[in-house]
Amino acid sequence: MGAHADPPGVNLPDAEAALAALAERMRAGVAHDAAFVGIYSGGAWLAERLASLVPGNHAVGYIDVSFYRDDYAKKGLKAGARRSELPFDVAGASIVLIDDVLYTGRSTRAAINELFDYGRPAAIELAVLVDRGGRELPIEPTYTGVRVACARALSIVLSRAADGALALGVEPAGAP
Amino acid sequence: MSGGTNPQLGADGRLVHLLTLEGLPAATIVSILDTAEPFASIGERDVKKVPLLRGKAVFNLFFENSTRTRTTFEIAAKRLSADVINLNIGASSTSKGETLLDTIDNLVAMNADMFIVRHAQSGAPHLIASHLAATGKPHVHVVNAGDGRHGHPTQGLLDLYTIRHYKHDFRALSVAIVGDVLHSRVARSLIHGLTTLGTPDVRVIGPQTLMPARVEALGVSVHHDMREGLAGCDVVVMLRLQSERMKGALLPSSGEYFKHYGLTPEKLALAKHDAIVMHPGPMNRGVEIDSAVADGARSVILPQVTFGIAVRMAVMSMIAGA
Repeated sequence: MGAHADPPGVNLPDAEAALAALAERMRAGVAHDAAFVGIYSGGAWLAERLASLVPGNHAVGYIDVSFYRDDYAKKGLKAGARRSELPFDVAGASIVLIDDVLYTGRSTRAAINELFDYGRPAAIELAVLVDRGGRELPIEPTYTGVRVACARALSIVLSRAADGALALGVEPAGAP
Repeated sequence: MSGGTNPQLGADGRLVHLLTLEGLPAATIVSILDTAEPFASIGERDVKKVPLLRGKAVFNLFFENSTRTRTTFEIAAKRLSADVINLNIGASSTSKGETLLDTIDNLVAMNADMFIVRHAQSGAPHLIASHLAATGKPHVHVVNAGDGRHGHPTQGLLDLYTIRHYKHDFRALSVAIVGDVLHSRVARSLIHGLTTLGTPDVRVIGPQTLMPARVEALGVSVHHDMREGLAGCDVVVMLRLQSERMKGALLPSSGEYFKHYGLTPEKLALAKHDAIVMHPGPMNRGVEIDSAVADGARSVILPQVTFGIAVRMAVMSMIAGA
């Protein structure tokens, strides 16, 4: 990933500890049959982990927001878009949208728009591993693992090792 | 054509027009096929639309009739939320004497964002792209939807997508292209794509009268006998016998043609047992392909049509965002 831990400008928490904290908060509030939809790629890993950590019967789906991004006119289509997979009926479903890092809120906006093109959900909640503030849209998470202050010049990225262990790192903002 | 002289690629190497597969880098072709993959699922949803090209004006400029190709571009553009304007040019301005580039200038003055061009003259889309660059309109994009005998790049790309979908690795494949190679821009585009992606064995099969001169120079082997040409291949691409383009007696009769080059179950048995059969459509049953093959288990002719929409969505969204 090219990411390295704890450079100046950010004090990164342990990803596994943040995941445990997030799961603990979700246990208290998430509907038993809520579907977990992860935003590629970090959110997808988290959705899989959370489906086993949070009691209930949670269908797991994946969403790629490339076709709904609001910066297409400025930046064009990002390479490496993936197929969204929602293996349950979105109409009437309770959905927890899951993302690794919540920042401007623009990916969340795009994901909500995309979900509605599959059907009208009964409810959508938002769970994020890291909330770094800096919102540009009126979007707030329902469940948060950890809050982190981070310099604007940096992006916080989640990575997954071969053994499945999650780790947080940073990259210069604007890296692909 | 490559590097700086390739008008399809912008200064940063991004695709800005799709004019031909000739000279297009392998990485660009692969990136189009990869991008088409997620678009393929849009057609299965409740709302078969994504908002990428919302507010963009896409002009279908068909100087030559093709209901099918025009329709697939129209569906693709509409699934990207673009506004589509169909111009049946053959019946309008050009018949009143307007030149091609005057037509383009008028449509640009109406704030066109993209032209999908089908033209009987090879090179017409290229000419339009050069004209847009020369007149300071680099934000207007061009897609070649078939020009003369030159190329039909989105058809070539959807053929490549189909082959990759079923056969995965081009570097291990034998592909046979059968029939009227002489008149086929589909064959030309597919051959360029296959060789660029490293397909080791590309064969063209057909009568001498329907083979372009020096076709071997494209990196293919030439066969006039179906038995020899189909032996052990993984993919059979049947071409439509373009009788409307044939001037003079290139063939004795369509019955005679079917006897030698029509794909029957018996001839298909010479290919690998899991070989797939493709056809760009519209097909002439009983001329180049037997119904038992066209409707058979190894035919992927209808999936080609579905994939074609996704591939055109990928091309349009990549160039419009460049």
